Order: sequence, then C-alpha cells, then structure tokens
Amino acid sequence: MDDRPLITTHDLVKQYPAGGGFFTALNKVNLSIQRGEFTGIVGPSGSGKTTLLNIIGALDYPSSGSTLVIGTDTQELDHRMSARLRNEHIGFIFQTYNLLPVYNVYENVEFPLLLLGMNADERDRAVMQALEWVGLTDKVRSRPNQLSGGESQRVAVARAMVKKPELVLADEPTANLDAENSHNILRMMVRFNEELRTTFVFATHDEKVIAYIRRKITLNDGMVVEDRETKPAIH
Amino acid sequence: MIRFLLKGLIRDRNRSLFPVIVVAIGVTLSILMYTFMFGFLDETVRSSAKLNTGHVKIMTKGYYEIQRQLPNDLSIDDAGTLIGELRQDYPEMEWVPRIKFGGLLDLPDEEGETRSQGPALGFAVDLLGTNSRERTRLNLKGGLVRGRLPLARGEILVSEGFAQRLEAGIGDTATLISSTKYGSIAVQNFVIVGTVTFGIGPLDRNSVIADIEDMRYTLDMSDGASEILGFFPNEVYDEAAADNIARAFNTVSAGTDDDFSLVMLPLREQNGLGEFLDMARFRLSIILFIFFLVMSIVLWNAGLMSGIRRYGEIGVRLAIGESKGQVYTSMLYESLIVGTVGFIIGSSVGLGVSFYLQEVGLDISGMVRGSSVLISNVIRAQVTPSSYFIGLIPGLVATFLGSAISGIAIFKRQTAQLFKELES
Ligand SMILES: Nc1ncnc2c1ncn2[C@@H]1O[C@H](COP(=O)(O)OP(=O)(O)OP(=O)(O)O)[C@@H](O)[C@H]1O
Ligand SMILES: [Mg+2]
Repeated sequence: MDDRPLITTHDLVKQYPAGGGFFTALNKVNLSIQRGEFTGIVGPSGSGKTTLLNIIGALDYPSSGSTLVIGTDTQELDHRMSARLRNEHIGFIFQTYNLLPVYNVYENVEFPLLLLGMNADERDRAVMQALEWVGLTDKVRSRPNQLSGGESQRVAVARAMVKKPELVLADEPTANLDAENSHNILRMMVRFNEELRTTFVFATHDEKVIAYIRRKITLNDGMVVEDRETKPAIH
Repeated sequence: MIRFLLKGLIRDRNRSLFPVIVVAIGVTLSILMYTFMFGFLDETVRSSAKLNTGHVKIMTKGYYEIQRQLPNDLSIDDAGTLIGELRQDYPEMEWVPRIKFGGLLDLPDEEGETRSQGPALGFAVDLLGTNSRERTRLNLKGGLVRGRLPLARGEILVSEGFAQRLEAGIGDTATLISSTKYGSIAVQNFVIVGTVTFGIGPLDRNSVIADIEDMRYTLDMSDGASEILGFFPNEVYDEAAADNIARAFNTVSAGTDDDFSLVMLPLREQNGLGEFLDMARFRLSIILFIFFLVMSIVLWNAGLMSGIRRYGEIGVRLAIGESKGQVYTSMLYESLIVGTVGFIIGSSVGLGVSFYLQEVGLDISGMVRGSSVLISNVIRAQVTPSSYFIGLIPGLVATFLGSAISGIAIFKRQTAQLFKELES
C-alpha cells in the first residue's frame, strides 16, 4: 500500500490581479493530506477555501508553489492530463449540485463512466449501485428539475462516487440543505470513507460538517492559521 | 458518448430546436434573396430578348442608327433568303423576322366617323405560321385578357390598356394608319380579336400585335423585315456565344458600308442593356454581400451566445473529467449538426419557394401601377446551381465559426472561472 500523502502542497500562493496590484488569495500554504482522511478546510468567507480546493482538483493553477495530487505534480499537467486526473481519481461535489439539467438521474451518474470508456454492462451495474448507496433507485428516470434539493445533492454524491475515486473534493456540500438532509449526506460520506477508504476534503464553514470531520485546517486571509485533529462529534 | 451528447442536444431545445429554426430562417431568407436577384436579372434579359432584342438582332446599318424612329424605309429587303442562309450557318439557332411600326389606330362608328383614336406601337410577328414559335415565345396565350388569338389574316391583338382607352370591344374593326416602306400613306382595316397584357407598363399602354404577312402587305414590304432576331435553343441567353456569332457575322458584311448593309448586335450591345446588366449585377452583389454579412453576423452571434450560455455546463463537464479539447470538439460537432440541419431545412424551404416563384412568379403590378420603367410586373426567382450551396455561408460556415470562436474562450479561461459563472 502507498503510504505517501495523497495531497501535498508546497508554498502554495495564489494571487489575483486587483487594481494595479495583486490580491493574495492563498499565501504559502503547506499541507499534507493522507489517504483515507476526512478533512475540513474551514475559515471565514473569502479566506481562500474554494481557491485551495480548486487548485487541489487541478481546476485552477497556483501563482507559485506546487501541488502533488495522487503522485502527480498538477502544474505539469496539460488540459488533457488534468482532465484525466479528475476523471480517474477525483470526485467533485458542489454547493449548487450542478447536475446537467437535460439528463436524467441515471444519465448524470453515468456520465463520468462514459468518459472513462467503461462498457455498457459495467456502467449499468456501477450506476445502479451508486444510486442504491444514496437511496435513489426509485428516481432513476427523473430529471434534475423534478428533484428536491436533498435528492439533487444525493445524485451529485452518486455521480462523484460512482467511479470509486480516491479523492472527493466537496465545496460547501450542505450549504443549500436543511439539517436532516445535511446529516443524511454526511453520514453517507462517512460510510464511503470507512468502507471504500475514500479521502474526503471539505471546504466549509457549516458547523454540521465540522461536527463530522476528523481534521480541521483553518484558513484566514489565505494562510493556514490552525491545523489539528478533531474528534468527530458525530459518527 | 456520442449518443449521450446527441441525446442532450436533442432534449435541450435552446441548443437544438431554436438554433435550427434561426439558422433555417436565415438560410431561407438568404436563398430567396439570392434567387430573386437572379430571377430579376434573368427576367429583364428574357423579356427584353423576346420582345425586343432577341439574343442577337440583325438590322441594316441605316435602320440601326435611327431605330427609335422605326425607319422601315431602311428595313431589310429579302428577309427570306437571309434567314435561309442564317439557318444554314447557325442551325442550332432560331431566326425570326419582325416588323416594328408606328401609326394611328382609329375606331370608326357606324357612319365611318372616328369614334376614338390613338397612337399605336406595333409589333408584327409570325402569328399564323404553323411552325412558328412566336406565339409561345411572346406568351400570347398567357397574356390574353379578352377574346382569342388571331387565327386568320386581318386579325390583330391590342394591349388591354389600349383597348380600354379606345373603348374598343372584341370584334370591333379598327383602322391602322401608317406609312409604307416607300413613304406613302398606308391604311388598313383589322379586326380586334383579343386583348393582351404585357406585364410591362409602357407596352400595355398602346401596343398592337399583328401578323407579319399582314404588315408586309400593309406597309408594302414584300419579303421584308425591320429586324431579324436570333434565339438560342430553349431561349437561354449565352453571352459569349452571342458575341462570337455577332463578330463572325459582322466581319463578313464589313466590306459594304451603305445604309442597307447588315449589322448584327448581341443582346448586351442593345439599348444599353450591357451597362444595365453590369450595373445591376454590381448593385445586386453589393446588396447580397451586405445581406449575407448581416445574416452571417446574426447566426454567428447565435452560435456565440449559445456557447457563452453554456459556460456553467461546460464547467461541470470539465470537473467531471472531460478535457477542454473534448468539450470544444463536442461544441463544434453540435454547431455542425445544428448548422447542417438548419441548412437543409432552410435550403428546402428557400429552394421550394424559389422554384415556385420561378414557375409561377409573384405579380406586383398592384404595387407599381403606372410605372414607365421597362420592368416586368411579375417577379420571378431563378434557381441557379449556386443557389443550392449559397445557404452554406450563413447557415453552416457562420454558425460553425460562431461556436468555434465562442469556444476558444473555454481554453482561454481558467477552468475555475467557468465555475464561478456557473455558481453565480
Ligand atoms: N477570479 C478571481 N479574481 C479575483 N479575486 C478572486 C477570484 N476568485 C477569488 N477571488 C478572491 O479570492 C479570495 C478567496 O476566494 P475563495 O472563493 O477561495 O473564498 P472562500 O473561502 O471559498 O469563501 P466562501 O466561504 O465565501 O466561499 C476572495 O477574497 C475572492 O474575492
Ligand atoms: Mg467558497
């Protein structure tokens, strides 16, 4: 088993041009996240959580510093290779679900598998299993606009989990959900983490999420101000 | 994967149905514009050819110089022999004699006193010959308003407008007063058996159509003709061939230089038609160019807009693991599909309407009443081979380029930025 960290960042800096100068969104972030962690990046609004998550997911590039994700330096990836990294190893979950509205539940979950070039039988099995995990086997043919917020986010979870990725990056996954749905989703994630050893990294300031995480990395003005283990309040 | 993307395309009306409709309308309009313009030019050439200029026309030099005065004293003498020779030299062409004449048409009452009269512009053509194609060429049957076509000597047609002004009825006798080839007065009675409309303003005002043998007799022209017109097969004007035939003919008759030596003029060189056509083509190509430009910009923009609208969806697809290249390619394919379907639908409608207007025409005489311009009142379209492809420019090329350019933004923008637009 590979016991190198799943994610390593080294002196990560992200600057945005702002009014002639620069605005520093991330300031020398050094982190190391192991396989199987259940980690939350917390901090006030504008502290750089989303920026950090996007860089880890190779959706964005740092201004300086480097990121190693699953053994690859994301800065050395071209468009195609970063797409492949995401497709094969990373699942994304967003605050606004971001399902593709023209496709039904089944097709939304199937999409990443199509990109992987999986054959139809395998796809069908994987999609149905993922929908079973999130308890949506009865909504297979529904379109996103026919789903509640909680159901939509469960589809998004199924879409992220269907390929059994090593890493799931979840940006404020509960921000649009009520307490019951939030706990529901989080319990599923804990289960994936335990049963499939999927590594979860959250960007959040939701206390409900913080109650589940086992490590809390606090950002403020783009800097890591605290990084400590926490005892999950809920299992 | 392709099936998956196609499914999405078809389900999303904003991406399939509406763009296809926009493209189809654009293509239809472009094609109509295009075929109408060709139809307009072609119609001008056609009506001028069959009524007036032929595809080539032979006159005496003397007649040619003052042809507006209809100087039949300078007309061609031995038309029969000349036509025989022409048929031998140019067997594919049809040669027909015509007499143009001016005069006064007088309608007498029962006592023989003038009831009404008016100046007439006359065309004498071979109306009665069994093999004559002049009746069909001039579309006399189609142009008939009242009565029938002449079936015997002594019968004439007058334009409907003329008949109304003279208050002439079918079966009335009219007296034509003109002058013979030799300058003496010619008086001849005719029976008006029908009225026609030319669809051309000035001709509708005071035209008379008579049989050529009648007029040869009346004007003392024995086997003469004012002019001999030559027509290409199927009445299709061939500019280059007409020029060649005229050049060859004129070289042979160049030696003699009296008033009665013959000269042949291709259609282009008559009545300023060449300049007219050049000018018209030039203006039309400018109009077409502007129209196509506008149409293309509209469609290009439609392609652009639909690309921009989809930044969010594209962001998700990139996050799920599609590469920018794949997304871009699929957008191009989509625009090709939309462009092709729109092009096919638009071309079918556009060409369909064009064909209809080519065969039937659109009568706009209600809109241009009283005009003195020598333009047919029936607008026709002409479907040229290029009409089949012209829709490709606004339909496919512009749509494709719109997507191609809007799609470049996908590469330019940071992926994370596409997301921000999605979330907002
Ligand atoms: N494209 C951009 N251009 C300029 N500034 C940006 C851009 N993206 C983010 N920023 C700035 O970087 C900072 C960090 O943004 P980020 O989205 O990472 O914050 P966050 O911690 O996720 O906040 P929130 O909790 O509100 O989601 C913010 O101040 C933001 O204004
Ligand atoms: Mg954020």
